[in-house]
Amino acid sequence: MQALFGQLLIGLINGAFYAMLSLGLAVIFGLLNIINFTHGAQYMMGAFFAWFMLTKLGVGYWWSLLLAPIVVGAFGMLIERTMLARLYKLDHLYGLLLTFGLALIIQGVFRNEFGSSGLPYQIPPVLTGGMNLGFMFLPIYRGWVIVASLIVCLSTWYVIERTKLGSYLRAATENRALVQAFGINVPRMITLTFGFGVGLAALAGVMAAPIYQVNPLMGADLIIVVFAVVVIGGMGSIMGAILTGFGLGVVEGLTKYFYPEASNTVIFVIMVIVLMIKPAGLFGRER
Amino acid sequence: MATAVPIATPVRRSRSGVLVGTAVMAALLAIAPFAGIYPVFMMKALCFALFACAFNLLLGFGGLLSFGHAMFLGTAGYVCAHAAKVWGFPPELAIATGTVASAGLGVVVGSLAIRRQGIYFAMITLAVAQMMYFFYLQTPFTHGEDGIQAVPRGVLFGVFDLSKILTMYYVVLVVFLAGFLFIYRVIHSPFGQVLKAIRENEPRAISLGYDADRYKLIAFILSAALAGLAGAVKAIVFQLASLTDVHWTMSGEVVLMTLLGGMGTIFGPVVGAFFIIALESYLAGFGEWVTVITGVIFVVCVLAFRRGIVGELAAWWAKARG
Repeated sequence: MQALFGQLLIGLINGAFYAMLSLGLAVIFGLLNIINFTHGAQYMMGAFFAWFMLTKLGVGYWWSLLLAPIVVGAFGMLIERTMLARLYKLDHLYGLLLTFGLALIIQGVFRNEFGSSGLPYQIPPVLTGGMNLGFMFLPIYRGWVIVASLIVCLSTWYVIERTKLGSYLRAATENRALVQAFGINVPRMITLTFGFGVGLAALAGVMAAPIYQVNPLMGADLIIVVFAVVVIGGMGSIMGAILTGFGLGVVEGLTKYFYPEASNTVIFVIMVIVLMIKPAGLFGRER
Repeated sequence: MATAVPIATPVRRSRSGVLVGTAVMAALLAIAPFAGIYPVFMMKALCFALFACAFNLLLGFGGLLSFGHAMFLGTAGYVCAHAAKVWGFPPELAIATGTVASAGLGVVVGSLAIRRQGIYFAMITLAVAQMMYFFYLQTPFTHGEDGIQAVPRGVLFGVFDLSKILTMYYVVLVVFLAGFLFIYRVIHSPFGQVLKAIRENEPRAISLGYDADRYKLIAFILSAALAGLAGAVKAIVFQLASLTDVHWTMSGEVVLMTLLGGMGTIFGPVVGAFFIIALESYLAGFGEWVTVITGVIFVVCVLAFRRGIVGELAAWWAKARG
């Protein structure tokens, strides 16, 4: 029983990262119609930012949590302004190809700089230790990651679905030209949205740093799983992305317990099944 | 929103021009080993050129960006290597078995992936390819990280001893040319014309009575089978089938070759494949910088050079002639 709950916890943690990353992808896709292949690399950059701040500058976890999304998000906005903005009139596939190339560059540079073995990152002192819940032992940091990512996901949902700013965003997703005609600076909104999505990835990276090793390739394989998560959920709804992310994390955790051989592939298998039954994805609309 | 496919202005070229070009290419390739070019390098480049041509059939003419084409290269490689080594098949039969295996995989993956379009198509193929990667990582017959090593080259049709390097080279050359001409034929057949029509305007093609999904699926299967042929031959040449060939980086590499050479051109993928393979063998000592340079080429191609080498040359030539 202990082992089952342990795997469930790992599943929830993975699910938290799936949810945050697929949320960022979905927000970016909604407005820019681009699938951001650098998302995994930017998640990795968030983790490295935290590692660098702590080991080289002695700046702790909480500052990284605040600064990494800003710094990496700014880097994302620079990419959007200088490169992606030139591609909006072309087929969307070019955005995918460009960001794939950028991901190769970023990962290659980091591997040259830091090697491919993982670097350790200490759990901040406040969050060390654990709690005995009776049926299982819960390390506090892991509990914190689940709660924090839920808060991040739900506030993103709230901002996009319930505030005025979010309504501009949703309107621009539907009809960019019309929103621009109402006097809203859509290009700036696009840049900020991209920065926000990238910032989410960086935030996830900082949160992941103490759990997984900080590694230049930590985002490379993860991003492919997140793509499958996005295909399963469909990119039509924010809440859909959150639910699918957490749900699939739990399913993966359960698979690890009951049939470990399939734990790497279960999400892809689910994707295949969903495509056969509901090609638009569980929460998606055909567009 | 533009749903049209990422092809820069198609360049018209006369049929005789392509035939002359093919003849020149065949002649150059035939004398290459005597011009002091290392045959193993040439064989590697030819296998990848066929792989890229197969990929280009799908992307350049069908408008479908598959980000998982490594699964067809790798599957055929594994099956061919296993058939030749464990089952003791002669090379022609082992290659055929590998190709058929990839075609079969193409049927399954293709009928799934064509349910979605554009970016989703790319993500689905990538995800399925990753699933296949984990499958090959875990299943015993592939020997995990080691791969299937020491695959016997054997004697082709009981006549040609493939352990002789020049014999092997000319066999690879013949396979490549056959694949190349086959793709050319497909593109210029009525089937190819319909495929291009679907690429340009799918609803219109459907309204004209063409079953777009069927055409896309057939194109996908053909592409998978030809990519498989390349992978099977590659396994015989290098006597090795390994995880490298099913990894997503390999899927990215074939996209790059096609993009760099020129999407939707006949010769583009060949040029792109030779360019990238040459680059990789020259930069082999620089480790991770190869990845960085690959990424830079990607970015430059997408931002400034979308027609690729052959596409730019053809456009320049057309302009020069007025």
